Amino acid sequence: MIRTLTFPEALNLAMTREMEQDDNVFVFGVDVPDHKRHFGSGNDMLEKFGARRFFGSPLSEGAATGIAIGAALCGLRPIHVHARADFVLLGMNQLVNMASTKSYLSNGELNVPMVVRTMVGRSWGQGPQHSKSMHSTFAHFPGLKVVMPSSPQDAYSLLRSAVQDNNPVIFLEHRWLYDVTGEVDDNIIIPLGDCNVLRTGTDVTIVACSWMSVEATQAGRILAENGVESEIIDVRTLSPLDIKPITNSISKTGRVVIADNDWTFCGASAELSAQITETSFENLKSSPIRIGFAPVPCPTTRPLENLFYPSARDIVRSVEHMLGLEPIDLSQEIFNEYEQRFRGPF
Amino acid sequence: MYNPKSESESLGIYRKLVLIRKTQEAIIREYPKDQIKTPVHLGIGLEGISVGIVHCLPKASKWFGQLRNHGQYLAITGDTDKFFSELYGKATGMGGGKAGSMHLASPSDGLMSNSGIVGSTISLAVGSGFAAKYQGNEAITVAMFGDSAFEEGEFWESLNFACLHSLRVIFVCEDNNIAVHTAGKERRGFKSFGEAVNGFNCHVLEGAGTDVRSVIDIGKKSIELINKSPKPVFLCLNWFRVLEHVGPHSDFDIGYRMKPSEEELSNLDPVKNFELFLIASGIDPVRMQTICEEVECQIENSISYAMSAPYPSEEDLYKGVFA
Repeated sequence: MIRTLTFPEALNLAMTREMEQDDNVFVFGVDVPDHKRHFGSGNDMLEKFGARRFFGSPLSEGAATGIAIGAALCGLRPIHVHARADFVLLGMNQLVNMASTKSYLSNGELNVPMVVRTMVGRSWGQGPQHSKSMHSTFAHFPGLKVVMPSSPQDAYSLLRSAVQDNNPVIFLEHRWLYDVTGEVDDNIIIPLGDCNVLRTGTDVTIVACSWMSVEATQAGRILAENGVESEIIDVRTLSPLDIKPITNSISKTGRVVIADNDWTFCGASAELSAQITETSFENLKSSPIRIGFAPVPCPTTRPLENLFYPSARDIVRSVEHMLGLEPIDLSQEIFNEYEQRFRGPF
Repeated sequence: MYNPKSESESLGIYRKLVLIRKTQEAIIREYPKDQIKTPVHLGIGLEGISVGIVHCLPKASKWFGQLRNHGQYLAITGDTDKFFSELYGKATGMGGGKAGSMHLASPSDGLMSNSGIVGSTISLAVGSGFAAKYQGNEAITVAMFGDSAFEEGEFWESLNFACLHSLRVIFVCEDNNIAVHTAGKERRGFKSFGEAVNGFNCHVLEGAGTDVRSVIDIGKKSIELINKSPKPVFLCLNWFRVLEHVGPHSDFDIGYRMKPSEEELSNLDPVKNFELFLIASGIDPVRMQTICEEVECQIENSISYAMSAPYPSEEDLYKGVFA
């Protein structure tokens, strides 16, 4: 069945389906059952599944991560929810030292089927401790899968796969995507480990992930209106990474802009650029361009925040530079419009 | 003090104590040959706690431990083939040589995880206790850890969660009053373990870990308490670490701690203490001697087996990262 859903409604449907199918699936985390239900993604789930399967955790992200691992080792399939990825750092010892190594150190006898769902904050004063995504940090460690949906369909289909996966999966949900609506076919389950071609074109490849895929789509539209056909590839699973669709695209375009929702230094854009250069050097007409956060902690005030975050404008300007084009007139374009969708007070 | 119900129970306990002691003595003997290339945290002096707690718990229990885990592994599994294979880094080890001494596990025996990061399996044990409650079974989970884990935030977070959810988890604090090379008084801002834990909604018991009969006594009491009023138990049992923190040597000569007198050392030795009890109960020393010889033979065979076993292959390097 195809229906129109918001991003959190799609997440909600995916969790609901998995919980209906398997009693071992449960959801917990700080403030999971409160009245806000993590921006609506948990609506009606307490009422439907009860406090046994949908409950709040003490503010103990470290131990709670270990508790999820222990429960997973004993046959359950936890979904551990955090309101911000920054809080996951408190559980990093458990994710990196324990969860990611269990299968390997036991010769495959143990596995850890758990999902860490976490929102990535942005804007309205989120500052440096409520805005990080850190997907490259998580993806650095063998044994962790890292998934970043950028549409309601992907949120639904990838979350179902993540819950069914027998490995620890970090599932990163950009907060601005919560305001996105789209069609969702509930029969589609997307396996973890692929990239999604959002737009086909022959002039330049734009590789993006999470929120930057939305920015890339806007940039792709502007470029097309000005005669440049871009191919946009959404890295919806960073680990395990499928580089093939990217290198295939570059063999056609010879040019690539990588737009990441993270710092470029040691980030996913650095890894992608390295792999592209290693595998597609002879196909590249110019060196890859990387776009990411300014190399500073995230500032709180909006004027600086607007400078800190990359946008569709930066992607357009990079493509123009790469192709030696005159600057497109962007005065009629609206950038960062999702920023206006949240009104304070918090 | 617990009195075994039969001679066979007594000798069963004795066999496990001897198995652990002699396995560690074999490591001390073999280690200088540099064929065992993994850091070993030996627990000579800890055998009474490992054997005593395992002796009390039903078969279906789940176990989590820490880096000083040889005694726990041997008490639960009785296996020395996979154990020595793992220490020698061979494909026939429980982790195919990838785990080494600090990550011994045997999921089919309920031993789910050990870890080289102090305190990090305590929360996993609570997750196991949570899973039992969620699935509606009454299995008990045991988390065994050294006194240093008491200083980790995760211990307190885990205890809080277990108490909040009234989980059937036994927290066994193996207190040897030393963490690596630092004495308890240099690390502790609390008066006693029991007092520190008392504010939590759990049962608290403390006792001697150097006599396996006292450990069994306390272990049995823990299970009674859990069955009467299902909530976690915090157990603190003391013991004395005879050897250095990691490695096969004695380290009294370094001077950071005092060497007890021979008589004191003997009193702190759980194997000797149980031997004295067996003799006092009229067990024929020849039967004890036979057990020692059988155990030595088992260990020798396992070491030969491990030494002649193959190392993991090149393709094994890439196996098992993901399920």
